[in-house]
Amino acid sequence: MKALESILVEKGYVEPAAIDALIDTYETKVGPRNGARVVARAWNDPAFRAALETDATAAIASMGFVGRQGEHMVAVFNTPEEHHLVVCTLCSCYPWPVLGLPPTWYKSAPYRSRAVMEPRAVLTDFGVSLPETTAIRVWDSTAEIRYLVVPMRPEGTEGWDEARLADLVTRDSMIGAGLARSPEEAAP
Amino acid sequence: MNGAQDLGGMHGFGPVVPEPETEPNFHAPWERRAFGVTLAMGATGSWTLDASRHARESLPPAEYLASSYYEIWTKGLERLVLAAGLVGADELAAGRSLRPGARLSRMLSAEAVPAALARGGPTERETSAPPRFAVGDRVRTIVTNPAGHTRLPRYARGKTGTIEIAHGAHVFPDTNAHGGGEAPQHLYTVRFTGSELWGEGADPTLSVSIDAWERYLHGA
Repeated sequence: MKALESILVEKGYVEPAAIDALIDTYETKVGPRNGARVVARAWNDPAFRAALETDATAAIASMGFVGRQGEHMVAVFNTPEEHHLVVCTLCSCYPWPVLGLPPTWYKSAPYRSRAVMEPRAVLTDFGVSLPETTAIRVWDSTAEIRYLVVPMRPEGTEGWDEARLADLVTRDSMIGAGLARSPEEAAP
Repeated sequence: MNGAQDLGGMHGFGPVVPEPETEPNFHAPWERRAFGVTLAMGATGSWTLDASRHARESLPPAEYLASSYYEIWTKGLERLVLAAGLVGADELAAGRSLRPGARLSRMLSAEAVPAALARGGPTERETSAPPRFAVGDRVRTIVTNPAGHTRLPRYARGKTGTIEIAHGAHVFPDTNAHGGGEAPQHLYTVRFTGSELWGEGADPTLSVSIDAWERYLHGA
């Protein structure tokens, strides 16, 4: 990689400072805390939740999260009856503006091969066990539509403000590979 | 193409290994560079996002499966710069530039990075063609084995499902990856039952959706 980068820099195709800025964006500025704020707001604000259901791209943009790999967003909502899980079997499509760059497991052959066929077994790998009666709905991101899972709001969080709620929202819960943390799990 | 990237439904890769949420994005300094350089070169407009996906996916299957994620990116980028005539094979072998670079129409400066990322690359396009399908329609995916780029996974070919969402017209990767233009056409989320895709033994509660362009679909 080092040789390829130096060739491209020597030829004047890329600017090292721009490469640094791209890396820095996803290491320090854009990550799953963005998505956690979207979810927390959806839990607390019925009008925002409705907007997220109708036009997720616009609702998420209203919070300032826009751009590459989030140009066309769809939000899906977990309920006791239906659990959503997102995968990209063909590569690693992932909603960058709200979740940042995907974790290694999301890009890995085990996840990509199995999520569409045996999602319950995949969830077991994450320590998640759902009731038999909960249907599983898998979204394979084969186009430029990007999916955000809104996990179920944990019990015992009535009256919590959005900042406190956002601390319960994990990255994995917004892919569907996990659940939001309970207040007990989040307690220091 | 029926490449190694099309992993849905394969067996034998073992368990998923979760990572703590605190795990960094990059696991070695060179991975950072592979990411940044790939995006910066993409911003020069020398190829489309679909062409860059195809460059990675058309690696020989054994090589694809044996390579780490950012190794695949690096190998894909090498293929792209070679194919675009921006770097010579002799230069890749030498590990340094042997000739002045070509003139590119665009180059990404550090100052332009935030705006470029915020703009992204929307793929929705205006079209005068009315959609052939509506939400709720039953459709059957085509059976096809194109040697070129496609986003119709093997596990979902020749299957019957239901249109769940209509997304308007979007750039068609199968042409756009090969210099064939954007050829925008209607895109739909199509939902299949687990048993339609996987047959006997499928989880009875499972449904799986893909996003499918109109050309992938017949009425059912």
